[in-house]
Amino acid sequence: MQDLGISVLFRGVNFQRLLGGLWVTLRLALITIGLSCLFGLLFGLLMLSKKKIAKVFCRVWLEIVRFMPQLVLLYLVYFGFARLFGWDLDGETSAVIVFTFWGTAEMGDLIRGALTSIPLHQTESAAAIGLTKGQVYLYVLIPQTLRRLLPQAINLSTRIIKTTALVKMINVTEVLKVGQQIIGQFYRQPDAAFWVYFVIFLLYFLVCWPFSLLAKQLEKRWA
Amino acid sequence: MKKLNRIFVLALALALIFSLTVSASAEGYRTLDEIKASGKLVIGLFSDKKPFGYIDEYGEYQGYDVYLARRLAEDLGVELVPVSLDAPNRIEFLQSFKVDIVLANFTYTEDRATQVDFALPYMKVALGVVSPDSALITDAEQLKGKTLIVSKGTTAETFFEQNYPEVKLAKYDSYTEAYIALLDGRGDALSTDNTEVLAWAIENPGFSVGIESLGSLDTINPAVSQGNETLLAWINEEIAKLGEENFFHADYEATLRETYGENADADSLVVEGGVI
Repeated sequence: MQDLGISVLFRGVNFQRLLGGLWVTLRLALITIGLSCLFGLLFGLLMLSKKKIAKVFCRVWLEIVRFMPQLVLLYLVYFGFARLFGWDLDGETSAVIVFTFWGTAEMGDLIRGALTSIPLHQTESAAAIGLTKGQVYLYVLIPQTLRRLLPQAINLSTRIIKTTALVKMINVTEVLKVGQQIIGQFYRQPDAAFWVYFVIFLLYFLVCWPFSLLAKQLEKRWA
Repeated sequence: MKKLNRIFVLALALALIFSLTVSASAEGYRTLDEIKASGKLVIGLFSDKKPFGYIDEYGEYQGYDVYLARRLAEDLGVELVPVSLDAPNRIEFLQSFKVDIVLANFTYTEDRATQVDFALPYMKVALGVVSPDSALITDAEQLKGKTLIVSKGTTAETFFEQNYPEVKLAKYDSYTEAYIALLDGRGDALSTDNTEVLAWAIENPGFSVGIESLGSLDTINPAVSQGNETLLAWINEEIAKLGEENFFHADYEATLRETYGENADADSLVVEGGVI
């Protein structure tokens, strides 16, 4: 039988290594998304603050995140911190810092947007029936905000998952890097690259798809 | 007002980047004694460039560079800690002291030598010329008046333009196109790095590398962080010592022979004892 390109994935422990790489990707993404939701909530509330200093702080943070490519941020933290301050962070820690820094600002901005999209009369009506400020958030604003937030938050999460592919540049062997290493073993087999990338595509799909399903489910339940 | 804000933010970010690039790097490299004391030698290697540095199907590092890395760690009596890196960030890894040594098919250039310190070479690369067996080109003089296939922007292109203006060049955008052109007979021979043409000729019966080494030699050297003299001196001693036992020929046989084939001459690639 002719040696099919896909067989390279099943030589030795290649497939286990690929799954190990996928776990690295997933772990990194889940930690980052969790932290981003947590800090993003605080960030979003801070953006709504009336204090000028808070506004400027949020603005600077958000702008840095928006116009700095993630790869540059990863290099700054992984290589830059080591050079500047002598902080020798490992690749995964650097990645969590950078992606959380990014996710927090983006998530915060989404939360701010969702909160401000709730019509003012909701707040006023809630206040009129005697709810305290905390109660207004808890019972009126946050439930509605969550519903509006969900599609965008899922979108951000899948973006974070896909962006983790960049960490291969700072010595984190995630799924894409393992794939390239496997292609490297079989560089003389031209269709090996196609099959390896195709399987990686499927793996990313399998990781991102449940997020979409979850979102659909939640949206249905809250509708 | 909004515009002003943006400018302010931009300026702040630029200042940040600037401060990072100009700040004098602290002397963060590890000296030979510190490496010995720690029991670990951290070496930056390719993990996807067969046959120089790659990971085999059992998850183990292999290749010409790795063979040397293992020996260095062994002779120092420490454990080898491989760090996977890619071509564009090799210098960064040394400048931020993330690795002690880079052994990643690292070609010496004057520009790079201002940023890292290179040790003695352990391999050399020159141009090679591959042609059909039926009309084998064994000397650059034979190419005069004939058509030579090259890839745009390669050292082969500049070399022949400057040194052999009588050779007609057929230039292609990519290596793949260039090789197809040779197979189609759109030229009499093809020239690029000798490592490339040697490996290609093995895969394509009917073609041979008539000229294995041409033009100015580039060398492949180990590199350490700038100023790390104790480590640099030790590597140089080690390479000289390894030359006495023909270590790099053994390395070639173990890792490169399969790629370049029975007939390739190891001496067109291997440098023993750092002497070209």
